[in-house]
Amino acid sequence: MSLAKPDALGITTKQKVALAVGIVGLFILTLALFNTNFPNEGLSLTAALGLIAIGVIMYSREAYLTKLEGIKNDGQWFKSVSSRGFWGWVLGVILTTFYVVLYFYPKYLGLGQGVDGSNNGLIALFDPLSQLLSGRNASQWFVYGTLYTVAILAFGYKFILKYRHNRYQQIRTVSVMFFQLGFAFLIPEFMYVMNNDLPYYDLKSVWPLNYYLFDEWSVNAFLSNGTIGLALIIFGILSIFVITPILTYKFGKRWYCSWVCGCGGLAETAGDSFRHLSSKKLSAWKLERWLIHTVLVFAVVMTVAMVSTYLGYDKNDFWLTKKIFILLSGIFLTMVYILVMIFKRNSFPRKTIISASICFGVVIAFFTTMYFVDISQIRINAKYFSFGLNENTYSLNGALRTFYGFGIGSIFSGVIGTGFYPILGSRAWCRFGCPMAAILGFQQRLFSKFRITTNGGQCISCGNCSNSCEMGIDVRHYAQKGENIVRSSCVGCGICSAVCPRGVLKLENDSMKGRINPTEILLGNDVDLMELVNQK
Amino acid sequence: MEHIVIIGNGISGVTAARHIRKLSDKTITIVSAETDYFFSRTALMYVYMGHMKFEHTQPYENWFWEKNRIDLKKGYVKTIETKSKTLHFADGDTLQYDKLIIATGSKPNKFGWPGQDLDGVMGMYHKQDLDNLEKHAPSNDVCKHAVIVGGGLIGIELAEMLNSRSIPVTFLVREDSFWNGVLPSGESEMINRHIKKHHIDLRLSTNLREIKADENGKVKSVIIEETGEEIPCNVVGLTAGVSPNIDFLKGSDIEVGRGVKVNRFLETNIKDVYAIGDCAEQREAIGNRRPIEAVWYTGRMMGETLAQTICGNRIEYKPGHWFNSAKFMDIEYQTYGWVFSERNKQDYEQHFHWKHKDDTKCITVAYHKDTNKFLGINTFGIRMRHEVFDRWLTEERDVDYVMKNLQEANFDPEFYSHYEAEILSAYNNTLQTT
Repeated sequence: MSLAKPDALGITTKQKVALAVGIVGLFILTLALFNTNFPNEGLSLTAALGLIAIGVIMYSREAYLTKLEGIKNDGQWFKSVSSRGFWGWVLGVILTTFYVVLYFYPKYLGLGQGVDGSNNGLIALFDPLSQLLSGRNASQWFVYGTLYTVAILAFGYKFILKYRHNRYQQIRTVSVMFFQLGFAFLIPEFMYVMNNDLPYYDLKSVWPLNYYLFDEWSVNAFLSNGTIGLALIIFGILSIFVITPILTYKFGKRWYCSWVCGCGGLAETAGDSFRHLSSKKLSAWKLERWLIHTVLVFAVVMTVAMVSTYLGYDKNDFWLTKKIFILLSGIFLTMVYILVMIFKRNSFPRKTIISASICFGVVIAFFTTMYFVDISQIRINAKYFSFGLNENTYSLNGALRTFYGFGIGSIFSGVIGTGFYPILGSRAWCRFGCPMAAILGFQQRLFSKFRITTNGGQCISCGNCSNSCEMGIDVRHYAQKGENIVRSSCVGCGICSAVCPRGVLKLENDSMKGRINPTEILLGNDVDLMELVNQK
Repeated sequence: MEHIVIIGNGISGVTAARHIRKLSDKTITIVSAETDYFFSRTALMYVYMGHMKFEHTQPYENWFWEKNRIDLKKGYVKTIETKSKTLHFADGDTLQYDKLIIATGSKPNKFGWPGQDLDGVMGMYHKQDLDNLEKHAPSNDVCKHAVIVGGGLIGIELAEMLNSRSIPVTFLVREDSFWNGVLPSGESEMINRHIKKHHIDLRLSTNLREIKADENGKVKSVIIEETGEEIPCNVVGLTAGVSPNIDFLKGSDIEVGRGVKVNRFLETNIKDVYAIGDCAEQREAIGNRRPIEAVWYTGRMMGETLAQTICGNRIEYKPGHWFNSAKFMDIEYQTYGWVFSERNKQDYEQHFHWKHKDDTKCITVAYHKDTNKFLGINTFGIRMRHEVFDRWLTEERDVDYVMKNLQEANFDPEFYSHYEAEILSAYNNTLQTT
């Protein structure tokens, strides 16, 4: 682009100081990474995290509180970091590297590298905090969880200041900060203190996003812990089959994706500066639909394969045997498929129906195979699927689970999903990969009171809404036709409504009737003509 | 196949093309000298402010036109020969049409100020104006000061744009309060204060005498008519309204006044030649509307209507209830029905005005003082539902009904504070005292 970088968009002295403070905090973490021995780890950790938080807070206050309330997007496409410029790529590489090390080489973070298997390096720096919360040493996941929480809290504060004229944004942000700090970070630690046999369980993380919930070790651990364990696993099942559909019906999938979810929480706070980078092309939407539903099919097949395998052990004398489980799963999905085809057939184009039928057919084909064949006897070498990172041989069910954990859980959601924030925008995982988002989106599109209402004929096609949609929805495409936005991918963040200069968009829950309202001639023109054309 | 040629790829021309395509298989060509593809003119400001890139202002992806068999031709139409139905382009090219739609929009007004064509003087209307501004005011190092002449919607947008790059702005407004030919005084004065809060040097009742050049023919300063004061500046924005962009029609058989003269069917005096959008001038004004309406929405509505006529369903342009919207820096504005300024209103038009104490929200409700009929509403900082007001206007509700049911029309985001109760009690108090 021929634009010279406008100098006026440079940062103020106070913001430079704030940046320096934050960088000192990050520098302490970097020193720890290279095994610097700090005299007092607790104090050093406090200093590091405190300085990062103070840096972000100072920076945000200077950026937003010195100006009048309003939309604050000046220069977002000029700044290198937020427009896929040099600093954007640098940040992307750093984040991606961090995720690769975190998932696959935690020893470089210092995991178990100290004397007698204790930690050193970065992870050791977090030992005091972990000891304080749960009385054990830190793991790489504790380090990650802590940094994640600090990021959501600090950038959440920034976001609240940025939208201090908008109460929907503020309340929503307080909600994601609360759920991250409480449900994802603190409660699991306290649960461990109360009962250290229970597996880590972030109550708000629902299957299939939480794909390890129904793993054999996890289920066994829950079941061997009496009533509380049983209650937790029942809650896990109710979450996806009962709680989720009800809340999505009432509020749309936003109740989860932009109010509760941790992935969404990070995207909405730390990822806010990158939201406009998501592609709005029609081709990206096509890719999205194939990709996300493929992941969902994979998640369903993998989970059923895994659960049915351990239900199929000879020693299982429980009523729920392998065959009953596969049968029940198959019947459930068939019912859903048939009901949708009966009642909602007309609300989709033919192509969508065909694609959905293919997905359904693939799942049923897998179920049938599993019903008749003991897939745990099929052996697969993982090296062909993991770029040589993993050379073990697995049974087919184990291979599915392992490859899902590697390909989807680690690479897609972590390395690409978050590492590529500065390149693909903040919701690449939520949009292209998350199977939970696919299920919620399915519910939202078919059976929800939620929509974004378009305000008559007031749209001027300016494109602010589409530009700021982190899910890559071309919001303008609907708004300029006077049509409400009912899209399975919409997470209800509400930024399109906030940035609209003409007050055209409103997120609301209303009756299902007239929710989707395609129009040809917009409100404002000749009434007779509108009737003539719109109701043909 | 009948060949429809549309001159101008703005909202009017493109809407007409889209609807003609939906209704028929005719050959369609859109001609533009400005840009390759349709973009939203109202969004140009966001490109300069860095909210969006230029490509984001284009509502359709580039493949859209070929897929829908709408040919795009870049070129400047120099003359139109209506007898042979031929367009002659500046580069010597020609194009035959069967039906011609003129949708060339507006151009910024210039009132013969000395120096109005100097380097660094510009309007803010065309894509070229944006490029020009980017050249002359990329930063506050290059452009130390800018002067804007003309207090309307484009003027305040230009002020906001320059403000986003910390370029100091002096804003010359001829009227004694911002846009008070259109806005009632309570609203206009609130916007005056809002402009000043953004550290813009707003000069009311101030006219431009001349623009002075430096030795290179570039803008150096402006002189104020009233005081003779000289304000040094590097950029001058001329935003004193727009007028139809129809110079190329002079000498053709097509009848023009200020704009291209059209009847209610958007037909010109020449058969098979139509005009829509900013450049069209109604022979007789429709209701309270002006004969020339340079508004996004009316351009779109004319495009929707004319497509019907072209495709065999000859239909009058009958706009519904007036509506419009804008944004003044951080304050959104919407209007439904008619609310006139003190300067332009009729005797029967009475106003109820309410303003929030934070000085960023207010409404003005206009009603007939004898019949109490609701005439229209202006809202600032509160979003309203178009559909509800359109219905109330059709139902000819009285002002009491509107005030009591205002909440039904509220369109603010969820969890926003509501002011209907406060507004209603203020309204009831006014009634008791008058």
